[in-house]
Amino acid sequence: MMNRLTTGERQAAMVLSGMVALAGFAMAIVGRGDPMGVHGWITLIFAGVLFFLVGNVLYGPEPTEDRSASYYDDPTKVGILLALFWAVVGMGMGVWVAAQLAWPELRFDAAWSSFGRIRPVHTSGVIFGFGGNALIATSFHIMQRTSRARLAGNISPWFVLLGFNLFCIIAASGYLMGVTQSKEYAEPEWYADIWLVIVWVVYFVLYIRTLARRNEPHIYVANWYYLAFILVVAVLHIVNNLAVPASFGAAKSYSAFSGVQDAMTQWWYGHNAVAFFLTAGFLGMLYYFLPKRAERPIYSYRLSILSFWGIVFFYIWAGSHHLHYTAIPQWVQTLGMTFSVMLLVPSWASAGNALMTLNGAWHKVRDDATLRFMMVAAVFYGLSTFEGSFMAIRPVNSLSHYTDWTVGHVHAGAMGWVALITFGSIYAVVPVLWRKETMYSWKLVEWHFWLALAGTVIYVFAMWNSGITQGLMWRTYTESGSLAYSFTDTLVAMHPYYIARMIGGALFFAGAVIGAFNVVMTIRSAGHQAPQLDYPTGSEANEPAVPAAE
Amino acid sequence: MTILHLLIPITLLMGAIGLGAFFWSLRSSQYDDLAGDAERILHDDGDTPLPPKKETAR
Repeated sequence: MMNRLTTGERQAAMVLSGMVALAGFAMAIVGRGDPMGVHGWITLIFAGVLFFLVGNVLYGPEPTEDRSASYYDDPTKVGILLALFWAVVGMGMGVWVAAQLAWPELRFDAAWSSFGRIRPVHTSGVIFGFGGNALIATSFHIMQRTSRARLAGNISPWFVLLGFNLFCIIAASGYLMGVTQSKEYAEPEWYADIWLVIVWVVYFVLYIRTLARRNEPHIYVANWYYLAFILVVAVLHIVNNLAVPASFGAAKSYSAFSGVQDAMTQWWYGHNAVAFFLTAGFLGMLYYFLPKRAERPIYSYRLSILSFWGIVFFYIWAGSHHLHYTAIPQWVQTLGMTFSVMLLVPSWASAGNALMTLNGAWHKVRDDATLRFMMVAAVFYGLSTFEGSFMAIRPVNSLSHYTDWTVGHVHAGAMGWVALITFGSIYAVVPVLWRKETMYSWKLVEWHFWLALAGTVIYVFAMWNSGITQGLMWRTYTESGSLAYSFTDTLVAMHPYYIARMIGGALFFAGAVIGAFNVVMTIRSAGHQAPQLDYPTGSEANEPAVPAAE
Repeated sequence: MTILHLLIPITLLMGAIGLGAFFWSLRSSQYDDLAGDAERILHDDGDTPLPPKKETAR
């Protein structure tokens, strides 16, 4: 892998990792006796390992081939493997967290294993670790293929990918030590947030520079979705994490906003994180890999562009629906509710567009589990966006909010939509990246598909039942006007559903483990297949036909 | 709710950036051949990039 880098680039990589290692050492010194010091040591080890990995082969052979004649897939490959690693970690944590709710003694009386600490390891592990790595890896793949150009840079893709994973490690290890800003999906403390800003800016610049190199006049719609994901997540992350560190030597900061102001900022961020992290980027995946796998162009390309602009303009107003019946003004709640309902239009346009693309190719969906992953993902996308718009309506929200219904809704989206489209894309891209004809075992892909689908359905039905039961019990009054059920009564009523939820999650987790195994075996398997036309474009005779538009 | 004095301008600014990007895409003839654009990603051509732009003076 290192032989694709020149000596100069290896030196640059050493300088970069050396600087990060020094920053880690400084953190370890000033933060000694505090979790920040531990994070300093983690950073030092992470960057130090990279430093020596590169240094070891500093004067190894240089690339001899013309690098501009091939796509740069090494960072994509590592990104896919990291995504699968985080999937196993994050989903495994999820099963444990779910089991703790049914059987609290599974905490084993340790501080680090308490619900409040391992739950964010689950959420960040799957959203940022699994989802984020999958987004970065597939974006590298798609931006190169749709632009017909190589990545703009040989070091910056690695900086983005590995820097992002350092952020994930700092986040997850921090939660176990009790470090949190108590903001959902934005728990990491100030120094991790600053680091993510640096990584994210490099990511954005890399994307724009690669697009600027494109050999294709048109920017394919998937790139627009990825760009919206990168740009909006940057703005949201910066605004929501504005905070004053209590000291530059400790992992503790105070938000720049207070009370209801802080809550409004948080849910402006929180809902748009769902919109632009968990929706826009994954729609980019859908709009590339679904047509590619079905070998048919998207049903209506015009509609895909229209729904892109619809999502971009509607989503950023919807956040206040998380704060119905709170101290925020009524009109702000109504604004959030209205935009949430309007969002149904571009959301269903995308889901319908995906399904219509498959119309006429249902035999492929029947035979190919990879395509079926994508099809079912589009169905769940349609279902959960409908549910989301519905739950944002104030009177519905009065029943659903603060209950397990919300948990069921977010998992219908996260498991049914985000994870299924990701696994489908991974199964589509792995043979292309590693030059194999197919996956190691198509039967294992089938197993994964049915385990994932069964797990999602069990999970979501359990949480719907639990949530509505809970919501109705909370609002039942006796004739004398007092509450009919105590909180403990509702807990007892929820117990069987919590066990069902854990079983659903365990099935989903088992599917992910099978998927990771299948990918590793595909990479290790023989049957290396060089694509027929995989030659450099250096010589005239070998040059592929240039499209007529050129 | 002074926070809205911050969040609404930021949201409008983000919308304006989106609008700017949309107008740019209109002017740079991004939507001239939608059928072809949807079709072209399906062609692999050996899964290699095209030669850098300067050689195909456009």
